Amino acid sequence: MASGKEIRTQIASIKNTQKITRAMEMVAASKMRKAQERMAATRPYATKIHNVIQHLAFAHPEYKHVYLQDREETKRVGYIIVSSDRGLCGGLNNNLFKTALKDIKTKIDKGLEVDVCTIGKKATSYFGRLPVNLTGQVVQLGDTPRPHELIGAVKVMLDAYEDGSIDSLYLVFNEFVNTMTQGNKVVQLLPATPEKPSAEMSHHWDYIYEPDAKEVLDHLLVRYIESLVYQGVVENIACEQASRMVAMKSASDNAGDLIDDLQLVYNKARQASITQEISEIVAGAAAV
Amino acid sequence: MAMTIHVDIVSADTSIYSGRVEAVFASAVMGEVGIYPRHTPMLTRLKPGEVRILVNGVEEQFYVSGGILEVQPSVVTILADTALRADDIDEAAALQAKAEAERSLIDRGAKLDYAEAQAKLAEAMAQLRSIDRMRKGKGH
Repeated sequence: MASGKEIRTQIASIKNTQKITRAMEMVAASKMRKAQERMAATRPYATKIHNVIQHLAFAHPEYKHVYLQDREETKRVGYIIVSSDRGLCGGLNNNLFKTALKDIKTKIDKGLEVDVCTIGKKATSYFGRLPVNLTGQVVQLGDTPRPHELIGAVKVMLDAYEDGSIDSLYLVFNEFVNTMTQGNKVVQLLPATPEKPSAEMSHHWDYIYEPDAKEVLDHLLVRYIESLVYQGVVENIACEQASRMVAMKSASDNAGDLIDDLQLVYNKARQASITQEISEIVAGAAAV
Repeated sequence: MAMTIHVDIVSADTSIYSGRVEAVFASAVMGEVGIYPRHTPMLTRLKPGEVRILVNGVEEQFYVSGGILEVQPSVVTILADTALRADDIDEAAALQAKAEAERSLIDRGAKLDYAEAQAKLAEAMAQLRSIDRMRKGKGH
């Protein structure tokens, strides 16, 4: 059995670890709140742009942008995979990668080829090791990513789609449901199929376009895809913080349990040594 | 009171302005536009520049680095870009993303992969721990 001093140092070191995990938990909690606010702030833009595109796509059925066309044959698909830059957030990234791999595998089984573009360090190092074609990456976005930091990664995929080297594009990210629940989500970005306009959308007025409808629509569609990816990234950050918070909370709890157990062992050892000393003294006294 | 129209100025990461104004002025690609209530529906691209709104006779200014101006019968929406955009800037960003991907693919062969080393270390430590536990279990 370990001696009293050994156990004491062990307890002290676990207490230190517990302090760190507790601090990380609190930091994650406050960051999560901010991330949630940012998530809410991205919504108006996405909704507005979505409405405009819907309107445009139905006001001009004769003009079909390449992003809106379904391709007859799909040979190669692209994936944009969003992950966190840092670890210590439970199984968040690994679960996401598992979902992504499953989806990719079904595509490969159908005889399709796959291109991957990664956002975040974890995805880059994970998919970098796999035999997939990594066409683009963005890392080190921090806690407050700016939309323009994602342009490069998105454009790589959009260009590939335009020149026909990929025929559809998917976005894989963690969806923030609430603090305890995060879902893995695979969303098809391209080809984008606008839904039927709702009743309020379909009243008969059309815009004046400057310079013309086609150019405005082209411009809007790129922004639309970018805003979807950006939203995915922001949502993923909220998930990362929530998941880290939960992971750190359970780490702190586990550290508490460990300390309790060790404390018990320590007290027993101390008690045993005292008992032994007493019996030695008593035995000594009896002998005299 | 003067007639007003609702204006939303939003960018991808934040909402910049929302409220009722008397007029909106913006620099569109085809020239400066002024929007008053009852303007006909219009959709146009914006150049980088100022957006001015008139609230109770007082002018407020915002800077946008391009975007889209949408005028609907009852509401004006400005979808602002968050950064200066140009085809060559976008192109450069795309090239950078590609180059970084290629670099990490080359690094794949390199011996020192920090993430992988860390994962292996964690695995080894877990194994050691379970061996330790097994030994302790036998010792009792």
